[in-house]
Amino acid sequence: MAGAAPQGPPQGSGQASGGSTGYRQIVGPLLLPTWAVIGVFLLLPVLLMGVYSFLTKEFRGGVIWDFTLAAYDQFFVTRGLFGDEPPQIEWTYIAIFWRSIWQAGVCTLICLIVGFPTAWFIATRPPAQRSVWLFLITVPYWVNLLIRTVSLKFLLRDNGPLNEGLMAIGLISDPLPLVNTNLAVQLGLFYSYLPFMVLPIYAAVERYNFALSEAAADLYATRWTILREIVLPVVKPGIVAGCILVFVPSLGAFLAPDLLGGAKTFMIGSLIDEQFKGSQGNWPFGAAVSMILMALVLLVLLVQARAAGKAGAR
Amino acid sequence: MKGVRHYPGFLALAVGCLVILYAPLAVVAAYSFNDSASITQWGGFSWRWYVDVFTGPEAERFGAAAWNSLTIAVLAATASTAIAVAAAVAMVRGGQFRGRTATYALINLPLMVPEIVTAVAALIFFTMVGITTGYLTILIAHITFCIPFAFLPIAARLSGIEEVYEQAARDLYATRAQAFWLILLPLMMPGVISGYLLAFIISLDDFIITNFVKGAGMETLPTAIFGSVKQGIKPNIMAISTMMLAVSVLFVTLSYIANRIGQKTRT
Amino acid sequence: MSTAIDVQNVIKKYGQSTALQGVSLAIADNEFFTLLGPSGCGKTTLLRCIAGFEDVTAGEIHLFGQNIASLEPNLRPVNTVFQQYALFPHMTVLENVAFGLRMKRVPPEARRARAGKMLEMVHLSSFADRLPAQLSGGQQQRVALARALAPEPKVLLLDEPLSALDLKLRQAMRVELKQLQEDTGITFIFVTHDQEEALTMSDRIAVMSQGRVQQIGAAREIYEAPVNRFVADFIGETNLLEVQVERVLDGIAQVILPGGHRLTCPAAMMAAGPASGAGRHHLSIRPERLRLTPSGPLVAEVERIVYLGTDLHLLARLQDKTAVTVRIQNNTREGLPAPGTWVTLTPEDGAARLLAD
Repeated sequence: MAGAAPQGPPQGSGQASGGSTGYRQIVGPLLLPTWAVIGVFLLLPVLLMGVYSFLTKEFRGGVIWDFTLAAYDQFFVTRGLFGDEPPQIEWTYIAIFWRSIWQAGVCTLICLIVGFPTAWFIATRPPAQRSVWLFLITVPYWVNLLIRTVSLKFLLRDNGPLNEGLMAIGLISDPLPLVNTNLAVQLGLFYSYLPFMVLPIYAAVERYNFALSEAAADLYATRWTILREIVLPVVKPGIVAGCILVFVPSLGAFLAPDLLGGAKTFMIGSLIDEQFKGSQGNWPFGAAVSMILMALVLLVLLVQARAAGKAGAR
Repeated sequence: MKGVRHYPGFLALAVGCLVILYAPLAVVAAYSFNDSASITQWGGFSWRWYVDVFTGPEAERFGAAAWNSLTIAVLAATASTAIAVAAAVAMVRGGQFRGRTATYALINLPLMVPEIVTAVAALIFFTMVGITTGYLTILIAHITFCIPFAFLPIAARLSGIEEVYEQAARDLYATRAQAFWLILLPLMMPGVISGYLLAFIISLDDFIITNFVKGAGMETLPTAIFGSVKQGIKPNIMAISTMMLAVSVLFVTLSYIANRIGQKTRT
Repeated sequence: MSTAIDVQNVIKKYGQSTALQGVSLAIADNEFFTLLGPSGCGKTTLLRCIAGFEDVTAGEIHLFGQNIASLEPNLRPVNTVFQQYALFPHMTVLENVAFGLRMKRVPPEARRARAGKMLEMVHLSSFADRLPAQLSGGQQQRVALARALAPEPKVLLLDEPLSALDLKLRQAMRVELKQLQEDTGITFIFVTHDQEEALTMSDRIAVMSQGRVQQIGAAREIYEAPVNRFVADFIGETNLLEVQVERVLDGIAQVILPGGHRLTCPAAMMAAGPASGAGRHHLSIRPERLRLTPSGPLVAEVERIVYLGTDLHLLARLQDKTAVTVRIQNNTREGLPAPGTWVTLTPEDGAARLLAD
């Protein structure tokens, strides 16, 4: 499963949509299962999670129904080791968030730098080759993320094939410490979400009218000027969609940092996960961190929707 | 001049892209056939780790996990596809009804909420309501987050089908139900198959949410693999991974074929 | 003759916009009736209201005396031939043709026989087991016809069924459609924007514009006696001259032409028209009924001559800059007036007609 941005409701076909096929009268019953399932098992739980984040932690993971701001206080404020010092800003968790945002941002940028040329290249192949390339790009997307991450870890280990190979050809004498580094996490995120960048950009480039490039070339624009002045603005919606599709799941990623990273690369996903494990857990705090993460994601989506709305209004 | 489609270096990046995507998978697949118990040295080609998966000490654990994964994926994909078909018909054919935008946001909610947050919310919900976490809670969670994945290809296909076919059927004395079962559903079928396959693979793949709501003693393949990997990557894990890889490739191929057939019947 | 379809004051609104603004018309049994108009005039909407794909906002539609305006489409004994045929792509030709009979629970034997007979009628018996995608456009069109006629509807609705065919096939199908209608005796309601199609096939034509019926009549009637500017302009080619109306009496008008000559001509009787008396209105003269004469009421400067094969079009401008076209048969071997020369024009007797706006 992956995070994804909303693409806007599908439009009903034809001018007299619904009136003539008779589904308009039974829209309610048709949507009842959707509302029941997603409403009860996702929307309601998310709201309950919000409530939970204001409850008091009980020993061993449970909660007491006393409303408190303790979880958010723990996140943002420190009063020293024994709680008797004047309140100051707690940087530990903000730093984890900042690191996650930074990692996700860098991952998005790298995915874009690699993904755009790839998508462009695929979209400009003859149709028969195109579907082969697309097939090759989508296969990893369908492969279990856990397996992909484990495979990467296997490849990067101190005595894994990459290090062994580099040592065998004499490039290095000691294994490079790749696992448990920021670099490994970065590579893991990039590897996990690269197809999400390629596919929407591909869809945009495929619809791109190459006559525009030819017109620009005819008017003395160079290749790179055309790319900057004509192509990028036109396929921007695909690029934005790709960036969102990579950034949002990277932000809450759990597997890549957990398997490829170490204590220094702790990200939001691991922080939340830890709050629900065993007796050291703190459910209200975990709920609060989740709420903050979700707020962050909604903010990103909102900014994107605003921008898309403005672009659409032009 | 090679035309406006050509940019130097793009080919290299595209090839590099594929290498990065496939290298780890290829390495794991190759080492799964390694006869040596040491995962670092190549000891010749062997099926022994595949035999080990089915007969070795962990065979029972992985067998049970695979069975859970498979049955949950079948049930979750079936339920979410059925729900998604109804939702797609309402969203595409229902005209502009009240709450349409809200419903659209709801359907997409599982895509917008980060996975880890969904996991936390589900765990809290099941705990509060008092449902013991286990097979049932995994299934419920999977049905929920599979709905948008089934919905997207189905709705896309449906909006490409003109209403005129259903109108022709109604005109020729078919009731609304007959027009649906005899005309619309067969025409939607490529989208429905795509949606089903997508939901199936998404359910089969899920780790994070399952890990939160699975309860004690219940395992699916990803959680079982994750548990094992924590103690180091052993060759039998690579064999299992390679088999799952093969299943994934089979599914992409199936969905690819379904799409091709879909394009042919598109009118 | 009994009335097959009686449309009474039908109004159809989509939100703010009104597609039909109170349409009334009666269509006789056995009639080949055509709804003609430009796109967006409401003709297809009216057809869809009769078929039951649209609910009417107000008004009634009677089918042989029964009000069907609120019935579901499957409960109306009318069938439709769709513009793009809408053949079910996953069913064979035979299954398509038998579909309506199957829905009406005709036993399998009987419906196969009937569907087979329908395919024979449209000369497609050997294609029974093909899929629609394996047929040519013209063949698909015949299947659509057979499918719609198989359940023996009381009225057949045809929504621009020939528009997707190429010119040759379209002309052949016109004859065939008319023949089919005469053979089956079923009332046809035919929607088209192609006036030639309408003029060649129809018993009667309703010309529609902006959600209203402008004129109903036989082909000759609407061509030769258009009631208003829209009909005159839409059907065929015409010259519209703005004239000063002096008076109108008993359908005869006296007008002053551009250039000052007086002319007496028939006037269209419209309540809101020039019958009330003086004012500036439009006169219609068909290009083929204008003559080049040594002297006449109209003076024009020739701008160019367009060669059309059997005819020539002489494009000219009156003194007030109104463009006029004169159609000349391509058998005059004598010299034609050169561009830039002034000529005099005379309308044939009864050719000029004063129009309502």
